[in-house]
This record gives sequence, C-alpha cells and structure tokens, in this order.
Amino acid sequence: MNFTLSAEQKLFKQTVHEYSAAELKTRAADVDHSGAFNWVAVRKMGPLGLLGLTTPEEYGGAGVSAFEAALAIEQLGWGCGSTALSVAAHNSLACAPIALFGTHAQKEAFLRPLASGAGRLGALALTEPGAGSDLAGGVKTTAVPEGDSWIIDGSKMWTTNASVADLMVVLVRTEPGSGTHTLSLIVVPTSAPGVTIAPPEKKMGLRGSPTHAVSLSDVRVPLENLIGVRGNGLQQTLSVLDGGRIGIGALCVGLAQAAFDETLSYAKQRHTFGKAISQHQAIQHMLADMATEIEAARLMVYEAAYLKDEGKPFTQMAAMAKLFASQVSERVCYNAIQIHGGYGYSANFPVERIYRDQRLMAIGEGTSEILRMVIARQVLGV
Amino acid sequence: MKILVFMKQVPDTAAPISVKDNQVDASKIDKYAASPYDEYALEQALQIKDKAADTKITLVTLGPARVREMIMQGLAMGADDAVIIKHEPAKHGELVEPNDLDGLAVANVLAAAAKKIGYDLIYTGTKGVDDDQGWVGIAMGELLGLPLVAGARSTEVSGGTARVLRDVEGGKEKLEVSLPALITSSQATEPRYPTLKGIMGAKRKPVLEWDIASLGVAADALASRVERVALDMPPGRQAGRLLLGEPNDQVQELVRLLREQAKVI
Ligand SMILES: Cc1cc2nc3c(=O)[nH]c(=O)nc-3n(C[C@H](O)[C@H](O)[C@H](O)COP(=O)(O)OP(=O)(O)OC[C@H]3O[C@@H](n4cnc5c(N)ncnc54)[C@H](O)[C@@H]3O)c2cc1C
Repeated sequence: MNFTLSAEQKLFKQTVHEYSAAELKTRAADVDHSGAFNWVAVRKMGPLGLLGLTTPEEYGGAGVSAFEAALAIEQLGWGCGSTALSVAAHNSLACAPIALFGTHAQKEAFLRPLASGAGRLGALALTEPGAGSDLAGGVKTTAVPEGDSWIIDGSKMWTTNASVADLMVVLVRTEPGSGTHTLSLIVVPTSAPGVTIAPPEKKMGLRGSPTHAVSLSDVRVPLENLIGVRGNGLQQTLSVLDGGRIGIGALCVGLAQAAFDETLSYAKQRHTFGKAISQHQAIQHMLADMATEIEAARLMVYEAAYLKDEGKPFTQMAAMAKLFASQVSERVCYNAIQIHGGYGYSANFPVERIYRDQRLMAIGEGTSEILRMVIARQVLGV
Repeated sequence: MKILVFMKQVPDTAAPISVKDNQVDASKIDKYAASPYDEYALEQALQIKDKAADTKITLVTLGPARVREMIMQGLAMGADDAVIIKHEPAKHGELVEPNDLDGLAVANVLAAAAKKIGYDLIYTGTKGVDDDQGWVGIAMGELLGLPLVAGARSTEVSGGTARVLRDVEGGKEKLEVSLPALITSSQATEPRYPTLKGIMGAKRKPVLEWDIASLGVAADALASRVERVALDMPPGRQAGRLLLGEPNDQVQELVRLLREQAKVI
C-alpha cells in the first residue's frame, strides 16, 4: 500500500478542499439552522465529478477510484456534514447499485442523469418502520409483477435525499417467505403516482440532509426497473453497504478533522491562568490523542478503499474502518467541546454542530453493533 | 487568438506572516496560492475562450519550483499551456525573501518573455496581494508599448477590438482598445473550479521552463531601483471600549466618538 498522492490526486483533493471551504463550510451553520438543502453548492458539484464519483466515465461519471472518492468525501465532510452525507448517499447508495448490478440500458436511463449533476439526486430506501438492522426478516414492502409492471406497496423510513431525489432504489420483497433470496432492488422515480414523501424528519443533527418516511401505494414501474438478479436484493444491498461504509468512514474523518481544526485555533487563542490553554498539559494531551486517532482512522479508511480498488475482499476492513472512524469522530468531537469549555456547548461555535452531525455515523449504513457482528463473523470464519 | 495570462504565486491569505530584519520571514509561510487578481485575470481569459474555442491561453509565471502547483491548477481550470521562468529568490542570511526583484525588474523579465511567446492580448492581475504595489502589469504595458486598461471586470473581444467593462467609484465604465493590448483585472465573476476532467488532463499540457538568462534581459534592467528601508507589522488590535450608562447617553457618546475620534461619520 502506498498512499502518496499523485500530482492529479493532490490537485483533486486541494480543489475539493477549496470548494468545500468556500461553498460548504461557509453555509454549514445556516443549513443546520434552516434545514434547507444546499442546492447552490450541489449545483456546482457536477463539473467537479462529485455527483458521479465512482460511476464509470462511459456513463458520464468521474470514474475515480474508491481511494480518490474517499479523499473527496473526507473534504466534503470537513466542510458540512449534512451536504456530505447527502452526496455520499447519492454516490454510494443510489448510483452504486445501478453501476454494480444494472444493465447497460438501466445505466443509460438512470445512472447517466444522476452522475451528470444536471438533475436532482438519488436515494436508497432499505429501512422500514419494522426493518432496520434486520432487513431480511423485516422488509414488508412488496413488489408483485402484473403485465409489464411491478406493483409496489409498503412504507420506507429514514430515506436520505427522498425529497431532493429524482429516483429511489427501493428494497422490496418479490418472493414469498423471508429467506435470503426473497428481496430485490427496484428503481422507482420519486414522481411516480402513489409515491408519497413525508415532511423531513426532525433530527439531532445533519438537518441539511433531508431524511423522509416514504409510502408506496399501488406504485407501478416497468418490469425493466428491477436491478440485477431477481431475489438477490439482499446480497446486492450488503455489497453496496460495504462500499458505502468506506464513504461514511471518510465522512467521520472529515468531521473529526474539522472539529480538530476549530479546536486547535481556539486552544491557541483562549487564555486561562496567564497562558493559552494550549500550553496546559492536559489540553495538549487531548490534542495529541485527537490528532493521533484521526490519522489512524484515516489510514483505515484508505486501506479499505485500497483493498476495494485492488479487487480484494474488503467487507471486514470497511466495517472496521467505519466502526473505528465513528468512534474517533465521537471522541474527537467530545474533546473538541471539552477544550472549548462553555463555548463548545454554544450553537454559535461549529463544534456543537459537528458533534451532533457525527452521531449518526455509528448508526447509519450498519450500526456499530451490526458492524461488530460482521467483523466477528470474518475473524471467526463463520 | 493568443492570450497570455501572467500569474504570481503569493503567500496564501491564511498563511502566517511575520517580519524579521525588514523582510517577510518566508520560512514561516506554509502555504502559497495564486494571487486572487491573477485568478480573476485567468477567469476573464477563460470566458473569452468559452465563446471562441480557437483561443489559446498561455500561463506565464516567474518564481521558484513551488509555482508548478499553481500552474497545474491554472491548466486544470482550462489554460492550454504554460511557461515557468525559473527564479529562486536570493537568500539573505536565514531569510528567504519571496520577492527580491523590484516591480520594474520583474516587468522587464516578463515583457521579454511575452515578446518571445507572442500574443494578441495580455492579462495580469491589478496587483499581487503580497507586495500590493500594482506596477508590474502597468510597467509591462509601457515596456511593450501596448494600450492598457487597468482594473477590468470583464472583457469582450471581437474583430481586433476588446471592449472592457471596469468599475469606477459608484458606477461602471466601458472602454474600447484595439488589440494587441494589456489588461489588468481587478475582478471577474467568481473564478471557476477546475473540473475533474481538467485536473486529470493538466499534466499532459505542455509546460516550458526558461531561465531569466535565456531571455536576454540586460543586467541593469534587473537591478532594483527601489530600496526598502523598513517593513513593519501592523500594530496589534487595541482592546475594545465599552460604553456604559443609559441607552440614550450611550448612543450620543457613540456618535460623538465615531465623529471625533474615528472620524468615520
Ligand atoms: C439520518 C439518517 C439517515 C438514514 N438514511 C438512510 C437511507 O438513506 N436509507 C435507508 O434505508 N436507511 C437510512 N437510515 C436508517 C438506518 O440505516 C437505520 O436506522 C439503521 O440501519 C438501524 O436500523 P433501526 O433504526 O431500525 O435500528 P434497529 O435495527 O431496530 O436497531 C436498534 C438497536 O439494536 C441493535 N441491534 C439490532 N440487531 C442487533 C443484533 N443482532 N445484535 C446486537 N444488537 C442489535 C442496533 O445496533 C441498535 O443499537 C438512516 C437513518 C438516519 C438516522
């Protein structure tokens, strides 16, 4: 493994960093307060390749490696957790299943417009009121073939981007029973009759990333909208989530880095007992631990991305990277607030928002408990 | 049409600046970037290219090895090729002053480079945000005997004429110059971000490296005519003053201070 950046990778990282500093960081507090999606910034993402990161170039994507995508998502997370989560979900949850399992015609029809950035975003609807960690046992949304259509009925929960998306990839039960081959992924346009998107959930953080309950009532889509192999929806979903976890890990690193940057400059400028608090050993130790853990998490994310790029198994490393990075972002943000003292608890300082934003990372795309299950299975070989 | 855009790499506006022995302590500067006015200049040139695809934009810069990063970025934004005139700043003891040539010396070097490359239109920023002197572009225009428009906001080119929009106090002014001409930019619509495609293609674009010596600039044209006798940091910010008392009195006192002390109203 060699993580030395090429000249192009350096420039890409720097460009996304500058973009994030100018377009995301400056509006992160507004986005959090108002809950308004930062379309102004997202509209500028297309030419930067950020809306089709790992989508192949032949379908209008940027075709960058998982490693380069992780570099980009870290920089977006550093600027604004909300916008970064929506963009990460668009890329690794909505574009990825179509890119991985779709036919040429599906890629032309669905992937190309998503990756171009000219339209709106994509979403992935797995979770339901009664199905989160346990998708195989819990998913009740059904799709039944009738003539040349699927008829879809059910409710989805926590669908990131639903209200800012043109299409959703929806996990549905197409076969009887609850076995491992009873689910499928089907593309549903958000404009299809029978799709109702509820108002955005009121959340602790990530308020600029809209999350919705979605009800599907007698929704008809063409049979050709089924992605990949009928009945393989669970397996396809799990492999999509493996990739998504690298993105969430990168987002954690970006959030933690942002909290660290804020804290470093605050610690140098706040004085107690006649010196800058950065001169107190207790504060220095916190800063040292924060810097160390961020670097460790970043390297784990890089390793998971590297394995994916090499075509090697990466399920375990991606789970480890997300598990660890979300723990690091929690600890780093905790200490960031601690070092800010009372001001850290104020909504006027960014660390308060970043702390709230990062809390989701231990829940979405596999809770920490589920990730430990994944890792334990791998290390035990069961 | 052939456009030259002269760009300078300067300390990033966020880089820590400290002064030692009347010089900026370059060892403390951790980040460099293109001078923002030069980015405006490039953006104006790119807008001409957006409309006329046969436009060729060449970036020209004078500086040490680190300027390559800025050049890569400019090429990724859409310039076609670049010339780097190599110049490692002279060392003064431990300090490395980023700017050891004065503005006229730099203008002499750049004008020689411009002649060698050839041009229809030349852009520079109105000033570099390091020295803030603003005379390189103007001096170059004079050395090349070109019509000059300073402080342009946008340019339209057709049939050998450039129509330039510039800001004047409280309004706008439109000027016309015949090409070849030199324009210094003070603004533009927000400079574009490099596209991913641009980034991936930047390394394949030609970048030439020249020595100052190869430009045949006479030794006395490189000599500084201006000597800096002092360079000081701005004084530290003074503590604020809290006005006490009834709101009415506070307002009166505030107005009095603004008028008599700060002299801003
Ligand atoms: C902001 C946000 C955005 C989201 N975006 C999306 C999205 O775009 N698409 C989507 O489909 N979903 C999305 N989700 C849903 C998210 O993926 C689920 O919340 C998550 O998978 C957990 O499911 P659950 O909430 O049903 O919790 P449950 O599965 O009910 O779990 C509750 C608790 O039990 C634990 N638990 C469950 N099973 C086990 C077990 N076997 N052993 C030990 N512990 C266990 C869990 O770890 C957790 O602590 C989002 C959620 C949020 C909050």
